[in-house]
Formats: sequence, structure tokens, C-alpha cells
Amino acid sequence: MKHMKFVAVLLIATFVLAACGPAAPATIKIGINAPITGDIPKVGEGTKFAAELWLEEIGGTINVGGKDYKVELVIEDNESKGESAAAVNTKLITQDEVLVIVGPQASKQAVPAGAVANDLETPMISPWSTNPATTKDRPWVFRTPFLDPFQGPVIANFVTDEFGFTKAGVLYDIASDYPKGLAEYFKQAWEELHGEGSVVAFESFTTGDTDFSAQLTKIMDAGAEFIFAPQYYNEVALIVKQAHELGFTGPIVGSDSWGSAETVNLCGEDCYGLFFSTHYAAEGATGATKEFIDKYNAKYGYVPDDVAALTWDSLNIVKTAIENCGKLTGDIKADRKCVRDAMANIKEFHGITGDMTFTEEGDPIKCAVIVRISEEGKFTFYKQVCP
Amino acid sequence: MAFFLQNLVNALQWGSFYALIAIGYSMVYGVLFLFNFAHGDIFMVGAYIGFFVSTGLLALASTGVVALPEGVTLALVLVLTLIISMILNSFVGMLVERIGYRPLRNAPRASAAITGLMIGIILETGNLAILGPQRRLFPDLIPTQTITVAGVSITNKKMLIVGISILLTVALHQFVQRSKWGMAMRAMAYDYVVVPLMGIPVNTVALMTFGLGSALAAAGGILYGTAYPVLDPNMGILFGWKAFVAAILGGRGSILGAGVAGFLLGFIEIFVATIFPSTMRNLIAFSIIMIILTFRPHGFFGEPYSARLRL
Repeated sequence: MKHMKFVAVLLIATFVLAACGPAAPATIKIGINAPITGDIPKVGEGTKFAAELWLEEIGGTINVGGKDYKVELVIEDNESKGESAAAVNTKLITQDEVLVIVGPQASKQAVPAGAVANDLETPMISPWSTNPATTKDRPWVFRTPFLDPFQGPVIANFVTDEFGFTKAGVLYDIASDYPKGLAEYFKQAWEELHGEGSVVAFESFTTGDTDFSAQLTKIMDAGAEFIFAPQYYNEVALIVKQAHELGFTGPIVGSDSWGSAETVNLCGEDCYGLFFSTHYAAEGATGATKEFIDKYNAKYGYVPDDVAALTWDSLNIVKTAIENCGKLTGDIKADRKCVRDAMANIKEFHGITGDMTFTEEGDPIKCAVIVRISEEGKFTFYKQVCP
Repeated sequence: MAFFLQNLVNALQWGSFYALIAIGYSMVYGVLFLFNFAHGDIFMVGAYIGFFVSTGLLALASTGVVALPEGVTLALVLVLTLIISMILNSFVGMLVERIGYRPLRNAPRASAAITGLMIGIILETGNLAILGPQRRLFPDLIPTQTITVAGVSITNKKMLIVGISILLTVALHQFVQRSKWGMAMRAMAYDYVVVPLMGIPVNTVALMTFGLGSALAAAGGILYGTAYPVLDPNMGILFGWKAFVAAILGGRGSILGAGVAGFLLGFIEIFVATIFPSTMRNLIAFSIIMIILTFRPHGFFGEPYSARLRL
């Protein structure tokens, strides 16, 4: 009898608490701003898959201050356009009322979208954007990858040490933030090493171009020993094939944008043996990185690319920040502020793409990896370069 | 000199695609006084049809139904892909005419023009919805062989692309000039109103015009796929616009004119990019074309009087 009474009191207490407790959010909404369609759909796919895998991994909940919250992902397509990415952020923040945004991936979208997130005071973390402008003077915007002012010199040093070249040719998309920024950082680094005029050709094109024969002919005519092409996977295939058809025999070196699962599918044998700098190498990975790769591969049938791995890390940073926040009030403005502060307070993070130390600006300091595309078309670890 | 010749070779290849697409524009404009703005997307559809036909044929060949040496198989696949895709795409073109344009035969020209734009968008987004956003890799039907003559690299692909383009242009020109159907097309271009009174089936000629234009666009799409093997649903938009410019530059209804103007546009684009920064490519290329049109408003081979017929 006594036992029954206890149960009854407990039941009533639960009901009362549930009914008149503060309007605590039962769910945490995380917005994902990804290029599902447009120029780089494989990047969008990787983002989506990694996010869904992550949701499964955490069992769909995050525990904040002893209370389990259901996590809901709001995945939106930005068509890999800057203006769409900004619109997606506005929608996620004002309409869906997400707590935090993960994405966009490419700098072309992350730079304008970051402005929106910062203005509307919502924490955003870009998993893949390496252009400094994304987070500069934006206290609400963070990122997971290294930055281009670091990546440019990494590539310049690597080519100098590996091949001993002195004359560089660069081919890049002038209408896209990432290639344009990185091409300039590379040029600067290369000229510091080899003197003024050692970048013998600095050629550009605009997004959507498919014929690069004029630029490549110019680069070859200028006597470049190698070509640096910081482009996305669909352009990589075209540039490399056309360079070979024009009789270019030197190496073509890439950057982290090459690290897509689609690069080798589109480029094929033309890309075998080429090098690029990136965030992680799937081949030969160990520990948590390998675990992630195996799970992803088992579920989706291919080895996850950088974008997927960085999205995974970003989501875990978000999770840590939300947990560190300690308490969610249900007032979305206050909670966003709490998560932002918690995110800014993360000083070190051990991710599957390496250990990161965060600066004041919200940028990580981490190592880069030089990857070689093997004769089987696999991304193999070649060398690690740390700051 | 080698630098110049290399760019000349590049420009010939690039111009081939413009030429093949511009001819389709020009024929429709000539015969029906209609800007078929969906033509760039018909080119895209042609490339995708080529992709599926060639992938299918390659899969069939790999099952060992026919045992031929690899080189022969590839050549056979290329020829069959060209023929089958041209036929299939001509049906796509005729369907577009039947559904999109025939009901508007007597409507204001502006209505027909926006119909073209809408059909184009339907083809692009339809492709996106059905096949998804990922890029398709066009199979390598011509194993690349690079020949270097006096510092100029020429691939077998480039020679084949330019060769086939010129061949198709000349063949179509002959068809229009010599055959009875060609005569009917020219008659329609000459006087749209009187021609039906002479017993010429206007609808059949219109269908044929679209069919021929689309077949050429399919050939353009397949050749494009062999040179730039990454296909995407929006590849036809910019190409369509530029080819349209070439068609106007060539002169209304002139097949040779469209061909010549297509190559000229290719030359201008490539040489502008070699001399100036590539951001100025379209700016300078289209400024040149505006200047040409100022002095020759009817294009290279256009005839001034024809404009008064329906416009």
C-alpha cells in the first residue's frame, strides 16, 4: 500500500513538472547548409551522409545539464551559390530557429553566409572553408579546417623540396573566393622562396568554363615546370586531361578542394601520381579516424572524403559546445549566445582530422597532409606538414 | 609561331561546338522565324543520350557478345553512338516542336520565344530531378593519342571533332541546297504565307527542321563529351546563348554562315583569352560581335529583305 502511494506521488509529480515546468525545448535543432545541387553536389552528399551518420552515432540525443535533448538536423540546399547560402542561413535562423549552423562548405558560400549568421547572432561553424574572410571579425563564426595563408606556403614548400622546381604556373577560378584566395597566397609564398617573377604564369578563368586550352597553352609557353590548380573536382578532371592533351608532362599540384570522393572517378588515370595538400588521408588511417571511415564505408559504400570527415569533426565540436553550455533555457537567443561562448572557449579539440588549437578568431591551428593519388586511384598519405 | 598555331588548333576544336549548335538555331530561325531558345538544352539532352547509349553499348561489348579487337570496338561504339543518339535526339527536337511550338504557330513571336525559354528550363530541371545533381563522366571512346608537330600538340580527338563538324555542316548545306525537302525549307524561309498554298506540308517541314537541328546538336553533345568528359544538367545554357549569337552573326537561315560564325566565335574567345586576362574574354568577344553587327546587321550571309516578311 505504501509502495503504491509512492508511485502515485511520483506520477503526479511527473505530470505537474511536465505541465508547469519551464518551456524547455525538447529538441535541439542543428541547421546544415550544404551544396546538395549545383557545381559540387558530391560535397553536399558527403556533408549530408556524415551528418546523418553522426546523428545515428550519438543516438539522436545530446545530454545538456543532465537532461536529454532530441537532436534534429535541418538540412538545406544552397545550390553551391553564395546568395542562396546566405538565404538558407536566414531561413534556418529565422524560420526553423536552429540553435547552431554547420556549413556552408566552400568559401564562396561560407563568406556571405557567415555574414548572415554573425548579423543574426547565431553560431555557425564551417567544416571546409579555408578562406580567412569567413571568420574574420565575426565572433559568431567558427571553422574546422586550417586556413589558406597556411596552406599556400605548405604547397610552395612541398613542391620546392620534392621536385626542386623554380618556375610555377597557376590556373584558378577568379570568380570563386577559395581558388582566388589560395592562388594569391600560393603566389606570395612561392615568390618569397624563389624571388619576384618566379610564378611565370598566373592564369584565371570563371566558374562554369570548361575549356582551358588558351590558359594552359599560355602557361606552357611561359615555361612553367608545374601547374598549381586549386580547383574543385569537376574542374580538376578537365584541367588535368586538357593539360595532358596539350603535351604538358610536369606535375599538376592541387589543394584540399581536390580531396573529394569524386575527383578520381571523373579524372581517372590522368590524375594518378599527382599530389595535393589536404586535411586527412583515408588510406592508412588509425584509431577514431579509421573507425569513422569504416562506418561510413559500410553504410554508404565509399571511402569518406575530407568534407565528410570535417563535417563529422564540426558536429562533434558543436556537441561539445552545447554540452559545455551546461543549461538550455528555451530562449533561443540566450541559448545561441551560450553555445557561442562555449564554442569560443574550446581551446583544444582532438578530431578525426587531427588535433586543433583554436585562436581568438575562431580558427584552428592544425597540421596539413600531403596526399599522393596512387596508381589504384587511392588517396595515400605522403607527408605531414605542421605549423 | 608554335604558340599561335597551338591556339589555332584549340580554337578550331572550341569553335566546332558553337558551329554545330548554331546551325540548329539558324535553321529554325530561317524556316519558322522562331528563336528556339531551348536549343542549348537540346544539345545537353543530346550529350546525355550519347552518354547513356555509349555506356550501354560498352557494357554490351564487355559481355563478349561480339569479340572484336579493343580499338575496333571503341570505334564501332563511337559510330553507333553518334548515329543512334542523333536519331533519338531528333525525336526529342520534333517532340519539342510538336508540343511547344506548333500550338503557337500563329501566336505572337514573343510568346513562342518564351516558350523556348520555358522548355529549356523544363529540360534542365527535369534532368536534375530525374538523374540527380552529380556529374556524369562521358566514357573515353577515343584513346587519346597526341601528335606533336613543330611544337604544336594535336590529338586524334581534336582532328576527329573538327573533321566531323565540318563534314556535318557541309552535308547539311548540300541537303538544303540540293534535295527536294531542302527546297521546301528554303521556300518556307522565303515566304511563309504563300508556301502552304503550293501544297507544301508546313508542319512536316517544321518537324524536319527541328529534327535535323537536334540531330546536329546531339553530334555536338557527343563530341563535346569526348573532349570535355564532365556532363552536367546546366551545360547547355551558356553554350546555347553563345551559339545563338553565332547563328545571328552567320545570317538568318544560312547553314554555312552559322558554321563560319561558330568557328569565328571560337577563335575570338580563345585568342582573347591568350592576349588578355580571361575575365575579359566575354566582354571583348561580344564587343567585337556588336561591332560586326553594326556594320553587317543581317550577319555574314543574311539577306536584308527577308526581315519584312513576318516581323
